[in-house]
Amino acid sequence: MIYSVVGYYALILGLISGLILIYFSVQNFRNSEILDTKILSLSFLQLFFVVISFFGLVLSFVVSDFSNETVFNNSHTTKPLFYKITGTWGNHEGSLLLWLLVLTLFIFIFLLRTNNQSIKYKTLTTIFQQIIIIGFFIFLLKTSNPFNYLFPIPEEGLGLNPILQDPALAIHPPVLYLGYVGSSIIFSSALAATTLKMVSGSWATHIKKWTLVSWIFLTLGILLGSIWAYYELGWGGFWFWDPVENVSLMPWLALTTLLHCILVLEKKSILTSWVIILSIATFTLSMCGTFLVRSGILNSVHTFANDPERGLFILIFLFVLIFISLFIFFFFHKEDQKNSINLFWLSKESAIILNNWFMMYFLSVVLIGTVYPIFLDVISSEKISVGPPFYHKLIIPFLIPFLIAMAIGPQLKWIKSNLESKKILIFLLFISILISYLIVKNFDKNLLVNTILISSAFYLFFITVRDFFTKKFKNISQNIAHFGFSLLILSILFNNLLSSEVITNLKIGESYENSKFKILLEDIKQRDEKNYSSVIANFKIISSDGKINKMSPELRIYNQPNIVTSEADIKTTLMKDKFIVINLVQNQEYFNVRYQDKPFMLWIWVSVLLLSMGGILSFLKREYER
Amino acid sequence: MKDKLVPSVIIIIFLIIFFIFYKGLQETNIYTPRSEIKKDIPIFSGVKFDSKENVNSSEIFNSNKFYLLNIWASWCVPCRQEHSYLMRLSENNKVILIGLNYKDNFSNAQNFLTKLGNPYETILLDEDGTISIEWGAYGVPETFLIHKNKIVAKYIGPLNEQLINEINSIIK
Repeated sequence: MIYSVVGYYALILGLISGLILIYFSVQNFRNSEILDTKILSLSFLQLFFVVISFFGLVLSFVVSDFSNETVFNNSHTTKPLFYKITGTWGNHEGSLLLWLLVLTLFIFIFLLRTNNQSIKYKTLTTIFQQIIIIGFFIFLLKTSNPFNYLFPIPEEGLGLNPILQDPALAIHPPVLYLGYVGSSIIFSSALAATTLKMVSGSWATHIKKWTLVSWIFLTLGILLGSIWAYYELGWGGFWFWDPVENVSLMPWLALTTLLHCILVLEKKSILTSWVIILSIATFTLSMCGTFLVRSGILNSVHTFANDPERGLFILIFLFVLIFISLFIFFFFHKEDQKNSINLFWLSKESAIILNNWFMMYFLSVVLIGTVYPIFLDVISSEKISVGPPFYHKLIIPFLIPFLIAMAIGPQLKWIKSNLESKKILIFLLFISILISYLIVKNFDKNLLVNTILISSAFYLFFITVRDFFTKKFKNISQNIAHFGFSLLILSILFNNLLSSEVITNLKIGESYENSKFKILLEDIKQRDEKNYSSVIANFKIISSDGKINKMSPELRIYNQPNIVTSEADIKTTLMKDKFIVINLVQNQEYFNVRYQDKPFMLWIWVSVLLLSMGGILSFLKREYER
Repeated sequence: MKDKLVPSVIIIIFLIIFFIFYKGLQETNIYTPRSEIKKDIPIFSGVKFDSKENVNSSEIFNSNKFYLLNIWASWCVPCRQEHSYLMRLSENNKVILIGLNYKDNFSNAQNFLTKLGNPYETILLDEDGTISIEWGAYGVPETFLIHKNKIVAKYIGPLNEQLINEINSIIK
C-alpha cells in the first residue's frame, strides 16, 4: 500500500515540477543570456519523481499488493517474479507510466547533452516537450491512474493475460516506447527550430543522433513484437497487417524517411519542409497509434480496456498538438526558394527524394488500410476489414522501382554526377534477372512478377555486397543497413515462395504422410507448473531423406485467468524453420495439427538486426567523431 | 490569397478527421445482434452448483414466470458491481433468477456468494464455458431475460440502474 501512496504523490509532484519548469523556461526564453540552471535541475527532479512513481508501481506488483487496482487486475500471487515485474507495463496504466518515464528521461538527456545550440532553442524545446509531458500527466492522473485504491482488499489478483507472459514481449514495450516516445524530442525540437528559423545543416547534424536513437529502438521494438507474434500467437507468420502492427510501422516509415531527409539537409541545406513535416508526422503518428489502440476504436490484442473517456482525451490532445504544429509550420516556416529548384536529376539527393515519395506512398497505403474501416463505419455504418491482399497488391509493385533506386542512389554523388562503372551495374542487373529467372522457373507461381520482384531485390543485394569491397568501409553504416534491407526483402520473398503448410487432425498413434515428410503423433504427456498446467504432444517428423525430428508443441491451460494458449514448437535451423502447433478439437480425442515448413525465417530476424546495426554504427561514428 | 488557401484546406481536413474519430468513439463496438432476441432458449443439461445433481433446461424454465439468466464468475470485477442490483431484483417475485457460474473455482464462487449474498434460485455450473457458448454469450457478465422459453432481452456487460428499470418495466 505504501508504494502506491508514494507512487501517486510522486506523480503529482512530477506534474507540479512540469508546470514550474514551463514557467522558468518562458522566463529564460525572454531573457536568454545564460541558461538558467534551475531548468536542468527541475528536469532532473521531474525525472526523479517519475522514476519513484514507476518503481512504486513495480514494487506494488512485486509484493502483490492487491489494494492497488492495477495490480489486482493484472497480477496474481502464483505468477513468477519476472512476469510480476514485466506485468507493470503489460497493462494500460502501467504502460502509460512507462511512456511518461521515457518522455521525462529524453528531455533530461537532451538538456544535458545539447551544448552547442542557442539557449532560446533549448528553452523552447523544453516548453514544447513539457506541454506533451503535462498532457500525459493529466491523462494518467485523470483517466488512468495506476494507483487506484481498492477496498475491501481482494485476496487474489486476476492474473496477467498468459499470451503476454513471454520474454520477448516482456521487453518489447520498453524498447518500442523508447522509439515511439523518442520521436517526441524530434517533434519538440523541430517545432522550436522552425519557430526560431534555424532549420539548417548544423541543426540537422544536431538532431540526427536523436533520430537515429529513436529509429534504432523502433526497429528493434517492431522486431521483438514480430518475433513474439511468430511463436506465441501460433498463426505461423511474422507480420499480419494487424492494425496494431500497422501503427508501429507508420512511425517507422516516417522516421526512416526523416533520417534520409536529414542527411540531405545536413549536406545541402535543402528539404527543410520535408524535415519539419516528417518530424511532426512521426510523433503524431505515434500518438495516433496510441489513440487507435487504447481508445477501443479498433479491437486487437493490445486493446487493454475500452474506455471512451480515455479515447476522447487522447483524441483532443492529439489534435491540439497537430494544430499547434500546423500553426507553427504555416506561420513561421518559409521554404528557401533558391536552393530547392536546383536539383540535377542524376544525383544522390534526387534519388533520396524519389524514394522519399515511395516511402510516403507506402505510409499512405498503411494509413488508409488502418483507418479507412473506421471512417467507413462512421459514415455509412458499413463494416469492412482490410487484410493482407490489400497491402500486398498496393505495396509490392512499387517495391521494384524502390529497390532499384535504393541500389543506384548510393552510387551517385551529391549535386551532380555521372554514373560511374555503368558496365558493372548493368552486368549485375543482368545477373540478378538471370538468377531470379532460374529460381522462379522451378515454382508454380506467376513467373513474370516474381522474377522482376526477386531480381530487383537481388540487384540491391549484389550492389551492396559489391560496395563492401569497393567503398572500403567508407560509409559502412549505410552499406550495412541497405544490405540488411535487401536481405530482409529477399528472405520475405523466398519465405512466401517456398513455405508449405499441412493442416490435419490426428489422434495418438496416427500419422500423416505426403511426398516430403511424415508426421507421427507418438504420445501425450501432462505437466503441472506453478501458474499453468500443460498438455504436451510428442511428434516425430520424418523427412523424405530419412532425417528424424522430434517436436513437442504444447497446450497451456493457465489458472489465473483461465485461458488456454497454444505454444508452438519451432525448430530453427540456418535455412529453414519447422513450425508445429496443436489445438484441441472439442469433445474428441483428436488434435488439430498444423505443420509448416518456413524457409529463411532466421534470416528475416537477422536482416532486421543488420538494419538496426547500421543505425547503431552510424550513431557510434557520430559520437566518436565529436 | 493563395498563401492562406493551403493552410485552411489542411486545417479543414484535419477538423473533418477529428470529427470522424470523435463520432467513431461514440459508437460502441459492442452491439447486440437483433436476431438473438425472441429466439428460443437453447436446450441443455447442466450440473447444479450446490447439490451437483444433473438438471435439464426444461426442468428449470418450466413456469410462465419471467426468468433472468445471469452469467457470472467470482473473478469477474464487473460482476461484483452488478451484484447489488441482482440482490434487489431477487426480492421481486415476478422474476426468477438463475445463475450460470462461468469457468470458476468452486470455493471462490462460494466465498463470493457468502460475502455478497445469493440472489439466485438455482445456480448451474459452466466449468468449461460451453453452456455460455450455447447461449451465444460474449463474456461475463451477461444477462438474458426469458419469458415462455424465449429470450426477451439480452444485456452484455454489467447491469446498472437504467437496465434494472428497463427489466422492471418489461416484467411488470
